[in-house]
Amino acid sequence: MKSLEAKVVVLGSQGVGKTSVVIRYVGGMFSKAVSPTIGASFFTYKMTLEQYRVKLQVWDTAGQERFRSMAPMYYRKANAAMLVYDITSLDSFYDIKDWVKELKKNVDTPIVLCLLGNKSDLENGRKVSKEDAEEYAASIDALFYETSALKNMGIEDAFLQVAKQLIHLYETVPNSGMGGMLNQGQQAPPDVFSSGAGGGDVASGGMRLTDGGKDGGRGDGNCQC
Amino acid sequence: MATDHREAEQLVNTSDSDLQEAEFVETNEAPGRCDSAVFAKTDDLDDLTLNITNGVIQNHRGTITSLIRKRSKRSNTPRDQETDADLTNNSNPSEQDIANSIEQSELSSELSEDEDVKNGLEDLSLQDTESAPEEAPSVTLIPSASESDYVNSLEWKQQKKHIFILSESGKPIYSRHGSEDKLVTIMGVMQALVSFVQDNKDNLRSIVAGDHTFVFMNRDHLTFVGITRGRESTQQMLLQLTYMYNQVISVLTHSALTRIFKQHRNCDLRRPLSGSEKFFDNLLNLMDVEPGLLLTSVRCLPLDSSVRDIVSQTIVQHAKVKDLVFALIIAQNQLVALVRMKRYYLHPMDLHLIINLINASESFKAAESWTPICLPKFDAGGFLQAYVSYLDEECQTCLLLLSVDIEAFYTLSECCTKIKERLNRYNALTAISNSLQRHSYSVQQCSIGDLRHFLYKARSTAQYTSPELGPPYNTPDQQDRLFGLYHFLHDKVHSVSRPLKLLYHVGQYETLLGWVTQGFELYAVFGPLVTKNIAIHAVNKLLRWIKREEDRLFILSSVTF
Repeated sequence: MKSLEAKVVVLGSQGVGKTSVVIRYVGGMFSKAVSPTIGASFFTYKMTLEQYRVKLQVWDTAGQERFRSMAPMYYRKANAAMLVYDITSLDSFYDIKDWVKELKKNVDTPIVLCLLGNKSDLENGRKVSKEDAEEYAASIDALFYETSALKNMGIEDAFLQVAKQLIHLYETVPNSGMGGMLNQGQQAPPDVFSSGAGGGDVASGGMRLTDGGKDGGRGDGNCQC
Repeated sequence: MATDHREAEQLVNTSDSDLQEAEFVETNEAPGRCDSAVFAKTDDLDDLTLNITNGVIQNHRGTITSLIRKRSKRSNTPRDQETDADLTNNSNPSEQDIANSIEQSELSSELSEDEDVKNGLEDLSLQDTESAPEEAPSVTLIPSASESDYVNSLEWKQQKKHIFILSESGKPIYSRHGSEDKLVTIMGVMQALVSFVQDNKDNLRSIVAGDHTFVFMNRDHLTFVGITRGRESTQQMLLQLTYMYNQVISVLTHSALTRIFKQHRNCDLRRPLSGSEKFFDNLLNLMDVEPGLLLTSVRCLPLDSSVRDIVSQTIVQHAKVKDLVFALIIAQNQLVALVRMKRYYLHPMDLHLIINLINASESFKAAESWTPICLPKFDAGGFLQAYVSYLDEECQTCLLLLSVDIEAFYTLSECCTKIKERLNRYNALTAISNSLQRHSYSVQQCSIGDLRHFLYKARSTAQYTSPELGPPYNTPDQQDRLFGLYHFLHDKVHSVSRPLKLLYHVGQYETLLGWVTQGFELYAVFGPLVTKNIAIHAVNKLLRWIKREEDRLFILSSVTF
């Protein structure tokens, strides 16, 4: 059994249901009175998948404008980003494009993207068509799911697929080939995963965050101050 | 001082003459006193005067920068340097601004007789329905008929206390009651009043109209207006407005605030502040029920000193992390333990902002959180990073670790796990939850006959204690009235023109005794039929009781990392 520890960041506009999605997945429940997130909340989720013990460290970020400048701190080290919008709000869907732009600009390590159209139970108020979202997800090479934290739809699938992709990413970035991967352009691998403590032979060694890797994702001047 | 004292005695002597028999025993050692200060020392009178408060804020300015600089010396990576540079830039507020505002606040006047002001007041109180602001810039709220109706309704006008924040250019930022969007006109009038007086190189401080007091405070391009028909004095309203100002700084930092207005004088501050409205609301609600804010002091959770020692020693041992400035545990708005970095103190006003943060948001109950917070008295120039996590399943006991290291989350999370584990092993968490369930103590426990309620503040430690509210103060109305009495008593004792050491006041329903010494402030409420003699005996007895209980009621030793 190999261990894998991956950081997942949840991004999106205010009130799209980021916290509800995470709490539904991690805690298995839905609360009508979710309070707006202050700063960022940290959840962990453990699962076993394809011979891996996967530990997801989920950063649920605040959607409020005033915490916007903190976001780089979380996505820079993330291995996966869940981009959440609200299917009843066109603006929240457009905001995703800004997030993707920002991620593309500031993150040069491989990152799994997953687009989530939340509140799919509110079909009557739909403003973002499933086709548009699917098309957009394909264009940015992201997974796509419509979800409902209320009805518990799509969330389990989404996280499962993200975890599968993370394992795939992990396996296709072998320890030995790291230097080579760097030369192949976009993919700068070393800091993708920090290994779990019980990681044994495969996970040990070069998969930890290195200083070099840390610096790779910055230089954007967007630093939180 | 001598004359003040005589006046105080005169007040005491007005009703009966049995004073000779009873004497105040001014104990050498005020209960709750300690030499190693737990908090930054406060004097609420200082806090009330604007110019001094500005000075205090400057005191700690640059603390975060210097701490970060220290840190970057230890580990000199490029990342640190950049953060360092950023913070240095941010913590260079224009000193000129501060100097200006000090000058301005020294010039003050009361203008209740001014004709223009009178006209303005009519505008303020008699808003015409048709003047509802159509062109209000609505950013987040969809204009609704019911909202604008509310603002013009009798209910709105009859609210006991209104608090408004507006920008220098008169743009609405916050209103306690009703949507600020609908209050553009009225805020325009307020700004006109302020500017009119400022044109004459003067500052509008307060207006008294009927049973309403209007209090104005200008700070950093913002105008704070408080309107009350309660018993708060002008000074007390200024203190409340100062808390509001501190809350703004806590969200934005002073540096960011000045930068925003330097770049855009017309900026709509609601955008950077959006989402923090509930912190303003909650802070104002706290001020209506929590005497700690009035007294600028903190209430500690009653705990055996042995338990408290275990708690603070556990924190010291398991949170010995570089760059950690403050570690504290809070349970239901009461302080359980505080550990601080050597040489740095937490000001009670800052602690109230922290308590407000925890109190106002349910978000921290879901998971561990990591959020920036600026503590204006500690350093208004930058953010501290706060690790917030509840230690128990019921989400009553909350651990806060405040660091200057933005990357410290995982380290602090490990600290929290260890602290939680140890506190459980030593049964300290159970002790805390037991204390919470016991609801502090009732006034009967002091076994003093006619004493109904009291507030006791130990000045050197900036902590206070008071019994829970029992009959007749068990209804919200009566509690409100009691709180009004305390405001009255506090104001009379701390009156700027005539501060008193002692005040004995016979009211319609109760007799009040206020007593201020170097070491403590005591505000006691008795039944109406008590005699002065009995009251004085009771107070002396009470002081002895507090002295006996001081280990439990106060944090007497200051613990550092």
